[in-house]
Amino acid sequence: MTPTLDKPIPKKTLEGLRERVAAEGLLDVAYTSVDSPFGTLLLAKTPRGLVRLGLPEEDADALLADLAGRISPRVLEAPAGLDEERRELDDYFAGRRRDFELPIDWQLSHGFLLRARQEIAAIPYGETRTYTDLARGAGNERAVRAAGSACSRNPIPLVVPCHRVLRSDGSLGGYAGGLEMKEKLLDMERNP
Amino acid sequence: MAELPPFQTLIDEHAAAVLAILGAAVGREGAEDAFQETFLAALRAYPELRDARNLRGWLVTIAHRKAIDHHRAKGRAPVPVAAVREEPVFDPDPADGEVWDAVAALPPKQRAAVTLRFASDLPHEEIAAALGCSPEAARRSLHEGLKRLRKELA
Repeated sequence: MTPTLDKPIPKKTLEGLRERVAAEGLLDVAYTSVDSPFGTLLLAKTPRGLVRLGLPEEDADALLADLAGRISPRVLEAPAGLDEERRELDDYFAGRRRDFELPIDWQLSHGFLLRARQEIAAIPYGETRTYTDLARGAGNERAVRAAGSACSRNPIPLVVPCHRVLRSDGSLGGYAGGLEMKEKLLDMERNP
Repeated sequence: MAELPPFQTLIDEHAAAVLAILGAAVGREGAEDAFQETFLAALRAYPELRDARNLRGWLVTIAHRKAIDHHRAKGRAPVPVAAVREEPVFDPDPADGEVWDAVAALPPKQRAAVTLRFASDLPHEEIAAALGCSPEAARRSLHEGLKRLRKELA
């Protein structure tokens, strides 16, 4: 009964829309997916910088719905807007990059968690810290458990390298992307 | 605040239908611009949207307004079918082209009712909401439009 009119949208039409959206400043959250040796990553940025990085283990739809609720529902796929982020991550996985230079938007972190994550961001490539170090660095030596959640619920893993934080006994602790990924990242950084 | 899904899902799920509606309402040449205008307007208003239950109907309503804007900008008053026939027809498209050219030539209310019903698959109540008329009037416009199309294409 219904005529089959739902033809795919011409690429040019969508590209034109994206350009006009960007020109009018209506893009609050731009996202894209990026291949990595561990699987597909999801990158999301605001005009201020990278705000969220989804690991392969994470549910992309749930992640985007969460950003729509917490930041703005103006969430759009915009691969071209994340070229720099994609390039830096590619270089990191290829062993060509030790430090990220891309701007970060910290708006999903507050208070102690924000301080702890900024401490994490300062851990040099190839080095590790303990959850206790992290708690102390963020200004509350006894908040080891909170330091743990600064890592486990880190909105921007890899770029804010929470894989460099271990238990005091040297064991791995946890990782949102799975312990195997954490171990491989640490190996890669120790044996460049 | 309503739980609004990421705007990208509106494009993924409804863009093709909106483009089809606009193609029928303003012709293929004007459709790209009207499509972009529709989604820009939607994106602008989106964070303030109170009710996320009928996003498709909401988009179609905006598309309908943009189609009217398009016709106004072109300085085209609603014209009877006989006059439109004398205008050059759109680039012939092998699939469905003839049907939708005939739809584009319908009087505005009938054209809108037919495109909303068949390109967008909206029920009468939503067509009525989009057109700002009663469901009964929407049904009548649809009926008249289809009658005319059958005659045109017979």
